[in-house]
Amino acid sequence: MNGGDELVAAPAGPPQPLDWKFSQVFGERTAGEEVQEVDIISAIEFDKTGDHLATGDRGGRVVLFERTDTKDHGVPRRDLERMEYPIGRHPEFRYKTEFQSHEPEFDYLKSLEIEEKINKIRWCQTANGALFLLSTNDKTIKFWKVQEKKVKKISDMNLDPSKAVGNGSIASSSSPKHCLANGGSPDRSYNYLGNDFSFPPGGLPSLHLPVVVTSQETNLVARCRRVYAHAHDYHINSVSNNSDGETFISADDLRINLWNLEISNQSFNIVDVKPANMEDLTEVITSAEFHPTHCNTLAYSSSKGSIRVIDLRQSALCDSHAKLFEEPEAPGSRSFFTEIIASISDIKFARDGRYILSRDYMTLKLWDINMDSGPVATFQVHEYLRPKLCDLYENDSIFDKFECCLSGDGLRVATGSYSNLFRVFGCAPGSTEATTLEASKNPMRQVQTPSRPSRSLSSITRVVRRGAENPGVDANGNAFDFTTKLLHLAWHPTENSIACAAANSLYMYYA
Amino acid sequence: MAMIDEPLYPIAVLIDELKNEDIQLRLNSIRRLSTIARALGEERTRKELIPFLSENNDDDDEVLLAMAEELGVFIPYVGGVQYANVLLPPLETLCTVEETCVREKAVESLCRIGAQMMEQDLVESFIPLVKRLAAGEWFTARVSSCGLFHIAYPSAPEALKTELRAIYSQLCQDDMPMVRRSAATNLGNFAATVEAPHLKVDIMSMFDDLTQDDQDSVRLLAVEGCAALGKLLEPQDCAAHILPVIVNFSQDKSWRVRYMVANQLYELCEAVGPEPTRSDLVPAYVRLLRDNEAEVRIAAAGKVTKFCRILNPELAIQHILPCVKELSTDSSQHVRSALASVIMGMAPVLGKDATIEQLLPIFLSLLKDEFPDVRLNIISKLDQVNQVIGIDLLSQSLLPAIVELAEDRHWRVRLAIIEYIPLLASQLGVGFFDDKLGALCMQWLKDKVYSIRDAAANNVKRLAEEFGPDWAMQHIVPQVLDMINNPHYLHRMTILHSISLLAPVMGSDITCSKLLPVVINASKDRVPNIKFNVAKVLQSLIPIVDQSVVEKKIRPCLVELSEDPDVDVRFFASQALESSNQVMMS
Repeated sequence: MNGGDELVAAPAGPPQPLDWKFSQVFGERTAGEEVQEVDIISAIEFDKTGDHLATGDRGGRVVLFERTDTKDHGVPRRDLERMEYPIGRHPEFRYKTEFQSHEPEFDYLKSLEIEEKINKIRWCQTANGALFLLSTNDKTIKFWKVQEKKVKKISDMNLDPSKAVGNGSIASSSSPKHCLANGGSPDRSYNYLGNDFSFPPGGLPSLHLPVVVTSQETNLVARCRRVYAHAHDYHINSVSNNSDGETFISADDLRINLWNLEISNQSFNIVDVKPANMEDLTEVITSAEFHPTHCNTLAYSSSKGSIRVIDLRQSALCDSHAKLFEEPEAPGSRSFFTEIIASISDIKFARDGRYILSRDYMTLKLWDINMDSGPVATFQVHEYLRPKLCDLYENDSIFDKFECCLSGDGLRVATGSYSNLFRVFGCAPGSTEATTLEASKNPMRQVQTPSRPSRSLSSITRVVRRGAENPGVDANGNAFDFTTKLLHLAWHPTENSIACAAANSLYMYYA
Repeated sequence: MAMIDEPLYPIAVLIDELKNEDIQLRLNSIRRLSTIARALGEERTRKELIPFLSENNDDDDEVLLAMAEELGVFIPYVGGVQYANVLLPPLETLCTVEETCVREKAVESLCRIGAQMMEQDLVESFIPLVKRLAAGEWFTARVSSCGLFHIAYPSAPEALKTELRAIYSQLCQDDMPMVRRSAATNLGNFAATVEAPHLKVDIMSMFDDLTQDDQDSVRLLAVEGCAALGKLLEPQDCAAHILPVIVNFSQDKSWRVRYMVANQLYELCEAVGPEPTRSDLVPAYVRLLRDNEAEVRIAAAGKVTKFCRILNPELAIQHILPCVKELSTDSSQHVRSALASVIMGMAPVLGKDATIEQLLPIFLSLLKDEFPDVRLNIISKLDQVNQVIGIDLLSQSLLPAIVELAEDRHWRVRLAIIEYIPLLASQLGVGFFDDKLGALCMQWLKDKVYSIRDAAANNVKRLAEEFGPDWAMQHIVPQVLDMINNPHYLHRMTILHSISLLAPVMGSDITCSKLLPVVINASKDRVPNIKFNVAKVLQSLIPIVDQSVVEKKIRPCLVELSEDPDVDVRFFASQALESSNQVMMS
């Protein structure tokens, strides 16, 4: 019914469909609990090693999780794999820390409120055991460093701390004045410290350095290292790091800017699709990502359903694309919604950089970067909604921006849908894997029991619990609930593990 | 709590504040680290202060940066060069932090210390440090290590030298692009210390690796290495190894690499020598001048004069000039602007005939360019052409260009042209100036924008300097003084300002007879701002005029102003009076 339409069938046997199991949930709602708007998760990202996971929310917070199942043993993961550990192990995470990344702001020049909602998070190169990440809201990108710091206490000062005053304020404070040998003039006290004063050759034995006592306690400290602001007139939808480790891009509706991580006061505009006259505007940038290994290749998607790959080597302003990927419209099927649902909400490069995965409203498409005639595979995500497009348009759901992700081995792809469902498709040749899961503690109940009445019961209970407005069951018995949509999800870079966001809860699954 | 002797109080505060919570106070203390060291004495500095600082590596970047800098000049405070090695551990830690500017400063300080260290110490402590950093777990340490090899290498024994070369070669192939970039940046420095036979083999193979790197950012740093390496190699080796690389780079797929070549071309030419330049680099340069990326053309156009200087005039006329003609009508204004800023310098290179025949039409077309920057750039370098062909051929086109710029609606453009007026006046001569530009100079004094009026006042002074007081008496002073009756007080203020600037140039007599009466008169102005400016101007006139004039004219006027109802007027008047008293006393 909702199966994937593989285009190619291969002689070699496709990998077996995965059996997904619930692993963990963070921020699970209790019965009757109302979801606070600010708690809704708006971004999820694994770091390159998969040892850390970050989520951002509408309240401008970033929450970090760290993997616990590998760290405990002190044996490098590579060795564990070689030892053929029991397969039962799967990535487990624990809460690490959180910090307030963005605050609500007001742009007084344009009379615009700037939401604190985190639109994207990207991990950067780790250094010296500290974690680095970029987070962005609509306008401002920030570079964060998260580091464990040992708690230090200072003791044994030269002076009683209660009496000590700043060396700049000796003159202004009256009490220590009498201590000064030459009568308390500030200039003279500084002269005294100047070069003309001769210290005894052995030094002054009565002076000593403060003693710093380092305790074993550590504190996780998140510090904002740089703020990249004032470069976007429109809302930032993506940030992406370059493989060179020193630059990144930020994309808004009409422009893409290139930054150096170390320079926050200037950026270079590399793509500008803004027409001279805004009335001629027909297409906006919806998402952009750097190639994982080629420093000069960048892909961006548009609201018209096309993906452009540009080569930064060609020119400084990359208005002309190197490659264009779009699917010709099927003749005769055009409707009012065709253009709206063609809009690509997210693109992701596969890990090897050969394939690009794109998500539009109804489908997930996999493109071979060497084949621009059409996608190599198309997966229908929620075809049963097609008759409902009119309703979805009425309640604006048709503009929901679903993200997509690929597994580290590139064999599977995943994306979200409504009713807190998400789907996993096999994209290896010959694979017919098409799994529907629900972001709950029992992810497989949707597919295991396709026609048992208990499912609609469960969906009713869920609806009741979550207070949804417009529940319903369509002709096929599929429950759909437009208010519970699963927009954000991420696949672990090395293992079959998916993290996905259902409102304010982070669910994790493994296979 | 220890009791501190009273005289030691400030130094005790300084030491305690190394650990203050306020970053500004910590920074203060670190900046005075040498004072602390002297107070502790050399031995305790070595045994206590330096280890203390080594622990202090998780402070704010600003503090770490200051510490890295201070430690670079710390040798005298630890007991001289024989103890220099105690400074290495804290700097080694600073070499690994993730903030680039701190690392760079630490490397710089290490190099400074290493350069003074004794050979024995270098082998025993400095070289192991370099090796540790180069093998560092995090890329930050490896990045820093690249900048230390040229200090470590010369004093290493033979076996160690081989090892160091091998390590550097590893760094050139590091997984992290940051490390490879640092290796590329420092390759020239390192190569300069390596013996000739190894240079040709080891260094060249590292260089080859870098020039073929996947990352554009590494390749473009390798371009800089071309020039540095070229200078170290024998001419024939350079032609054989470096030249092909440069030619390749000039056709690199990435415009950023080509941009680097265009920017570095002059140095590259110097490195390969004149003969290969003519045979191989001229075609490469012509390609860059015609590059399809404007940024590359901008960089190339900016070097056109320098490049032509290495060539003989025939080659320049034959190969470069056609490109210059194309560039003068380039679609990018920035390219034209870059060309305009250097093209005048080609006149002495090409000689009189070629300039008149070939360059003049280009000058004229650039003088009519629609963008003011282009025109300004031509005007700013007028003297270079004047020496070769005289100005007459240009003057007809110059005037409209100048007038248009003088009336441009962007004040920054007007400001720029004002800056060039004295230069123009000296090149064009008094006659031309009187006819055409005099009126403009007066007009600027009444500009809407303060910066323009200010610059105009200064311009009047510079003209008086250029053409002398007699000329100024005829052509400037009357017109300027006329404007003191302008109904707008801001314009009257500009005139007062001009007078104060003109007075020293005009000398005592003219100041007393012409300028002073105008100023005295202005003290009756109804606007207080004018009155206190009168006081300021009078103060500035005191040293110029005779003592008797001060007594008879200036002081009475100031006394009157010092009783003005306005507080500011009184303030400046009394200030001026005070300074006149001082002059009298001395």
